[in-house]
Amino acid sequence: MMARLRSYAGFMVVPALSILLALLVASVLIIASGLIGEEKRLNLLLPLVAYRSLLVGAFGSFKGIANMIVAATPLMLTGLAVGVGLKAGLFNIGATGQVLLGGFAAALIGTQVAGAPIWIALPVAMLGGMLAGALAGFIPGFLKAFTGAHEVVTTIMLNALVQLTVSGLVNDVFRAPGFSFARTAPVGNAELTGVGNTTLHLGVLFALVCIPISYWLLWRTTVGFEIRAVGSNPTAARYAGMNPRRMIIFTMSLCGAFAGLGGAVEILRLGYYPAVFGTSIGFDGITVALLGRSNPVGILLAALLLGAMRAGAPLMQIQARVPVEIIDVIQGVILIFLAAEVVVRQIFRLRSAGTGTGELQTITRSYGEKVVG
Amino acid sequence: MDVLFDIPILGLLLQFLSYLVQVIVSGHITPIILGLATPIALGALCGVLNERSGVVNIGIEGMMLFSAYVAFMVALFVHQAFPAEPSPLFGVTPALVLGVIAAIAAGVLISLLHAWLSISVRADQIISGTIINITALGLTSYLNRLIKPFDSAGTFQSFRPPAGLVNLPGIGWLFEMFTAVGPIAMSVIVLVLITQIMLFRSRWGLRTRAVGEHPKAADTVGINVIRLRYRNVLIGGMFAGLAGAYLTLEATGSFQNNMTAGRGFIALAAMIFGRWAPVGAFAGALLFMGSQAIGVAIRLAPPSGNLGTFLAGIQQAYPSIYNNFFTGLPYLLTIIVLAGVVGRSIAPAADGQPYEKESAT
Repeated sequence: MMARLRSYAGFMVVPALSILLALLVASVLIIASGLIGEEKRLNLLLPLVAYRSLLVGAFGSFKGIANMIVAATPLMLTGLAVGVGLKAGLFNIGATGQVLLGGFAAALIGTQVAGAPIWIALPVAMLGGMLAGALAGFIPGFLKAFTGAHEVVTTIMLNALVQLTVSGLVNDVFRAPGFSFARTAPVGNAELTGVGNTTLHLGVLFALVCIPISYWLLWRTTVGFEIRAVGSNPTAARYAGMNPRRMIIFTMSLCGAFAGLGGAVEILRLGYYPAVFGTSIGFDGITVALLGRSNPVGILLAALLLGAMRAGAPLMQIQARVPVEIIDVIQGVILIFLAAEVVVRQIFRLRSAGTGTGELQTITRSYGEKVVG
Repeated sequence: MDVLFDIPILGLLLQFLSYLVQVIVSGHITPIILGLATPIALGALCGVLNERSGVVNIGIEGMMLFSAYVAFMVALFVHQAFPAEPSPLFGVTPALVLGVIAAIAAGVLISLLHAWLSISVRADQIISGTIINITALGLTSYLNRLIKPFDSAGTFQSFRPPAGLVNLPGIGWLFEMFTAVGPIAMSVIVLVLITQIMLFRSRWGLRTRAVGEHPKAADTVGINVIRLRYRNVLIGGMFAGLAGAYLTLEATGSFQNNMTAGRGFIALAAMIFGRWAPVGAFAGALLFMGSQAIGVAIRLAPPSGNLGTFLAGIQQAYPSIYNNFFTGLPYLLTIIVLAGVVGRSIAPAADGQPYEKESAT
């Protein structure tokens, strides 16, 4: 038990230190924001003020904590959408497109079942979003498996295509009359309304259930074993009688399903699909997965952390006048330090633990190559 | 001809093809195509230099975006501090020139991060590139929100070629394509040809290809693999920087968040389409972005006959889908082409593999 705890601690030490270093680097930018922003004066304490209001915004009240959990909910799902893919050596940076398609499908189905009882309307709309997301993941998976087109390029292209298609459809075909902007009709009973007077909603449960399910799938089933085998060494997996093509298509569809569910949660919380729908949850999923080391428990923790940042940022912008976009910068810098793990270990004089990042190596290895089925 | 055009569906297709030929030859559309293809072609050159020496670069998008921002801000700053009359040729001002130089420097700076992560630290190269994309998007959005520039340093102007040259029968459209554009777009063809010749005819090119195919063998004959890879990634950063400068200082004159909109990835696809050769990649860039220019052409000179009625009908009924269709065509073509060519075009053998010199035992 102790040994296991210690190995978990060893697993988390570099992500934790990367976060710390990133906050330090970001404080330079925050000080700069004081210099060139509205106040135009040097305030070395501004980072402390900003981080304090960030913490207060996320944890300072029951409402803040609820907002944090609500912000973390879709991030758990998009984090899984990227993380499970990484386990199979696939880098799914198309979570954005899968989120949009999933959300759009959930909104359309939601309007159809708007009058049905909530225990029918909600699961049906969620399932629809999941299936649409799976379809958006299936396409790059199929292309990778049978043509060798790398998922990094095809998923980014699909992100743009899905966004253009869906916004075109909302504008021209599914636009609900009587609103000042282009949006779909309300989803009625499929809407994820807040419980009590908080923003907490039932979607949180859907996401929380997905964490143990994916853990069970990856480490307790044959399919999960095959996913991980293909991820760590596709050639060996093929010689062991597995079918890398089938695994690639299956895993990408599964990733898409997670992201689609994430999109469904976001849209059903809103209650409709707006033609102009910008969301960062797709790209945040990349940070969550890498920070959580593509481990479901790590993804849960990373999603909560990022959710806290997203939920606390508006208060920080009001109190410290630091733009919310600083969260995106912090994310990027965390990732730089995570990638440069060797350097972080040198700074803090840590021994190399040889943590399992083996599946990351297959991502670039497969670049520009055909999958042998 | 008219008999053929009246065949259902096929007739529309034939009309469309004849319209395309007519538009390219006499529709003054070719400079627009080159303009749209310019950032793609420059990004693809960046990719070629990286991958020919064995470094995968997914971060071209972020490099372009960051340099576009730096170019815009530096030009704006110089423009406000030292206002100057634009010169008659290309509308050049000191602000614009310094903006381009700053963009190239920014491209080098950010590609240094990629080189360090993927060559020295030996991090996964695709992860490294993605990090660059995320960081560049975050940093530029943050700074853009913080500073909120309302002014602009303006843009480079297109060259006005003599009418006689442009109206030459048969080949005028080709002259127009490469002369009726701004300085950065005009430089692309030169840069593509120089890179092509250097890559396949010079000592540096031979070494680059050797390092990309078999770094150990290259090391054995005395080539410094690490230094060559660093140098190529940094030169690649210059191309990405120039692409960024094009977006803000030649194409639009403003900066918007995430204005690269996937161009860095289309550039990668153009590179693969061109089999990791500059001229081929340029052809890919023209093909991908030419599809977007069709939408512009139809707006400028709508086709006649039942094709025109057909298109006008769609535009009337589904205006948003109609517009998004043309905007989305390059992305769609990219996927189709990528799915069609990858198996047949072979990446450099050591592409994406970090090199570790074996210690002498």
